[in-house]
Amino acid sequence: MKRACTVVLAAGALILSACSSDLPADPGAAPSQAPGETTGTSEFFDQAEYERQLALRDATPEGPADRPWEQALEPELVDTAQYRKDGPHQICFSNASVDNPWRQVGYKTMQAEADLHDEIAEFRVLDAEAKDDKQISDIASLTSQGCDALIVSPNTTATLTPAVESACDSGIPVIVFDRGVNTDCPVTFIHPIGGYAFGATAAEFLSEQVGEGGKVLGLRVLPGVDVLEHRWAAAEREFADSGVQVVGAEFTENDSATAKSIVSDYLQREGQIDGIWMDDGTAAVAVLEAFEDAGMEPPAISGEDQQQFLQKWKDEGLTALAPTYPTYQWRTPVIAALKILRGEQVPKEWILPQPVIDDSNLDRYLTAGMPPLHYGLCGCQEMPGFPQRWQ
Amino acid sequence: MATGTAVAPRPAQRLSRVLQPTVVVYLALVLLLVAGSILVGVRGGVLLDQGGILNILTRSTALGLVAIGQTMVILTGKLDLSVAYLIGLCSLIGAETMAGDPGMIVPAVLLTLACAAGVGLVNGLVITKLKVNAFIATLGTALIIRGYLESAYSGPAGEVPRAFQHLGYARIGPIPVSALLMVALAALAWWYLMRTKGGYHVYAVGGDEEVARFSGIRTDRTIIKVHVLCAVAAGLAGLFLASRLGSGAPWVGVDAGYDLESIAAVVLGGTLLAGGRGGVAGTIGGVLILATLDTIFDDLGVTPFFKDVVRGAVLIVAVALYARRRGALR
Amino acid sequence: MTETLPATGKTRRIRLADGTGPVLAVLAVLLVALAFAGPAYSEPAGYLALLKRAAPLMILAIGQYFVIVSGGFDLSVGSLVTAEVVIAARLIDGDEGATVWVIPLLLATGALVGLVNGLITTRLLVPSFIVTLGMLLVLDGAVFLWTGGSPRGALSEAFRVVGREGFEVPLLGAVPWSVLLLAALVVAAVVFMRGGTGRTLVAIGDNETSVLLGGGRVERLRTLAFVLSGVSAAIAAILLGGFAGVSAQVGDGLEFRVITAVVLGGVVLGGGRGSVVAAMAGALTLEALFSLLNLLGVAGGLESAVQGVIIIAAVAYASVGRIPFRTRRST
Repeated sequence: MKRACTVVLAAGALILSACSSDLPADPGAAPSQAPGETTGTSEFFDQAEYERQLALRDATPEGPADRPWEQALEPELVDTAQYRKDGPHQICFSNASVDNPWRQVGYKTMQAEADLHDEIAEFRVLDAEAKDDKQISDIASLTSQGCDALIVSPNTTATLTPAVESACDSGIPVIVFDRGVNTDCPVTFIHPIGGYAFGATAAEFLSEQVGEGGKVLGLRVLPGVDVLEHRWAAAEREFADSGVQVVGAEFTENDSATAKSIVSDYLQREGQIDGIWMDDGTAAVAVLEAFEDAGMEPPAISGEDQQQFLQKWKDEGLTALAPTYPTYQWRTPVIAALKILRGEQVPKEWILPQPVIDDSNLDRYLTAGMPPLHYGLCGCQEMPGFPQRWQ
Repeated sequence: MATGTAVAPRPAQRLSRVLQPTVVVYLALVLLLVAGSILVGVRGGVLLDQGGILNILTRSTALGLVAIGQTMVILTGKLDLSVAYLIGLCSLIGAETMAGDPGMIVPAVLLTLACAAGVGLVNGLVITKLKVNAFIATLGTALIIRGYLESAYSGPAGEVPRAFQHLGYARIGPIPVSALLMVALAALAWWYLMRTKGGYHVYAVGGDEEVARFSGIRTDRTIIKVHVLCAVAAGLAGLFLASRLGSGAPWVGVDAGYDLESIAAVVLGGTLLAGGRGGVAGTIGGVLILATLDTIFDDLGVTPFFKDVVRGAVLIVAVALYARRRGALR
Repeated sequence: MTETLPATGKTRRIRLADGTGPVLAVLAVLLVALAFAGPAYSEPAGYLALLKRAAPLMILAIGQYFVIVSGGFDLSVGSLVTAEVVIAARLIDGDEGATVWVIPLLLATGALVGLVNGLITTRLLVPSFIVTLGMLLVLDGAVFLWTGGSPRGALSEAFRVVGREGFEVPLLGAVPWSVLLLAALVVAAVVFMRGGTGRTLVAIGDNETSVLLGGGRVERLRTLAFVLSGVSAAIAAILLGGFAGVSAQVGDGLEFRVITAVVLGGVVLGGGRGSVVAAMAGALTLEALFSLLNLLGVAGGLESAVQGVIIIAAVAYASVGRIPFRTRRST
């Protein structure tokens, strides 16, 4: 009996000693208060950030003018000598998903960028398929696999913060891009200027076109995505300031048929709509078709840099503007990773310029023969394998 | 209750019936692990190192929890499509009630499970008292929960205290504690189905509801019970996910497709979709197969699109094989 | 209020099938409500626009009806619609001349997918829920594997005519081609269901064994139902692609929406009951409901909640008071 007890105790002690936890260290003092954490109606509006973004639109970027993905706005450089390492490198990437054309184009561009560098021996990618829980596991498993640098494109800001923190704690350099995380532990966070700038630019253009009292319809994808909420928040402000009448703001879930139906309904109800504001241009062509089918002139419209929209714009001479959320930002993380591994300085917050397409530069971003949902600002035109690789 | 036992098969009989597809499932799992190890090995990796095992088990935990509940529902010949939205709802209830306070863990867990049980009760009552087909009843509940989530939340909310986060991250060697809890719950469910009168009734109702009713089983009560149990299992999955994410997330269940995926795992584990045959052991095997497939594909760097194709094909082929075996045994 | 609907009029030859009354009543209420809620619905054009919008779902409902009434499920239609639109865009690639052979190819693809669904269900004895769930995953992955992640190419103008344009009719104004196509399919479906094959299909859903004993070709007919469902998805894809162009999300969620529609029409899951007209009425009701909620400015969240309550209520209304000992299982 006694012996049995001893055995059990010994086994218990053994198990206990094997006990461990992958729970990231307590951030403790780090005040990780970021937008989107609290609930409430104004949760998506941050006055300081709004003003900062509007100002950044006019800032002059540093870096090579013909390579905007290497440029940075108002960079605050940090030292990375501690991460210096001789190649060849294994670069790892935890991707949120490839479930939409924007991410598809970006991901292809990123792979092409990785192919450009001989120092990268292996580019290892895990795709989380839009599942937060899987991305947490993905980051943990990449961290334990001898990566020299880890790139993360988080699926959700708040829920992936702990996982990114624990990756930082492992000592490898972490690079975050697109959506952010509520911690400053990554070596650099790469993103274009942001949603406020996007929404405001589009709204300013429309206000100018439709004038005071003009009718504008806002078409949004879905509620609750911070980047998209910022776009609309800025637009709403601009429209209110310039006396534009917003006849409605509807969610299309990026479905062309839904968008077209909504616009048809509004045309019936309102009789006339002067401007269309969109937070994502995927359905822009279908929206314009709703006007055509109703026998009306196309309105002033703000879309995005999708091929089919740019093509229609050029063919029909639309009154249009395309503020962008450039896919070339997918090139930057790879470049940043290599810079860090060479011990070169990188910006702590790497803010990329966010070009706007208007009539004057439309031709530069339009390449004939690309797929309908290709993004003109991929920054991939000069890369080997263009255009076949993106077709 | 003599009539009840007349309908339900004797334990020994049930055991032999359940065993066969279960053995096949685990055999398939072993084969998959061997084949996967070779494939990953060829590419210079190792499938079953500590990280790999941890990955497979972590991935299995949430799906496993839901699938245990789904198994019971499917055994009665019903199904539950509301679990995906319910998981999101439960993660939010849990995380918001805790609000970062360790003292609130127990009340939050109880409240979450009570809410989940409430949803399951509604499902069960709608199916039995209003005589609505389970597919429609649970689809309707799913839509109602979705409506609530859409109007009340715009993103992650609430905060889980660190003490609770240990649930999602603690491990013994390569084995996560949460996976052990999931297996313990599976064992409990197995015991319930195999060793209790309530378990008899589940199989009896799934075998033939009318016959079961005529032989004196309160079929309504059984059906309500399995729906409540299923919802509670989904609630546990929601709590587990909240502990992993550190907060509640409205779409965590939907993005992962836990509704259809849990049904897939259950039938992959050899449980008959029409009810009456199968069990929790096979389901866990099915869950492990899906998680292993995922991990192998990740190690091989396969695109998600190809994963979907293989998942779909595996599901159809597996169920076709079970049907064939059953046909041959007849 | 439902019993007093058309069925009790004069001695009609078309007798309304079991469960058709309630959905027609709800539909009538919704249509009247629409007229009050939106000025567009005070003239035929508004209702024609509604029909045009509802046409794809109504056509899918015809296909799904065949499968459900014979005792099955088809969950693959949503991803099949997406696949067909993406296939069409890639094959046509803006070339008008290609339309002529791509459309028959799409119909054939739909039929082939249905055939595979049907054969696996009937020959390999896999429940249709599982077969079509597997097919959903396979199609979802395969089509984007083929195009490298997002749609490629473009649809031709000719391809888009049916879904997008219409023709002038005196008094009515512009009648969309899709409405004409819908009308033709409705007639075809009704004729089919009144014929021997249609009746046997319902009988299979009611009691497979007795049809089998009576010498009916159960397997062949159930397969046919899946083939028809696949073809209906192809037609719906042609309409949806025509209406709004290339999209990677065009079929998202359609499978559950169409099953909801069919059930709303009083068709019983598990088979054997319900009429094809009611199934289509269910689809139209659903679309009318969405339009009404939209007109009333109801927020997105409430919309799905209302949908949830309505399908439960509709089925509960239809089931309570039925023969108590007749239970059906959802396989």
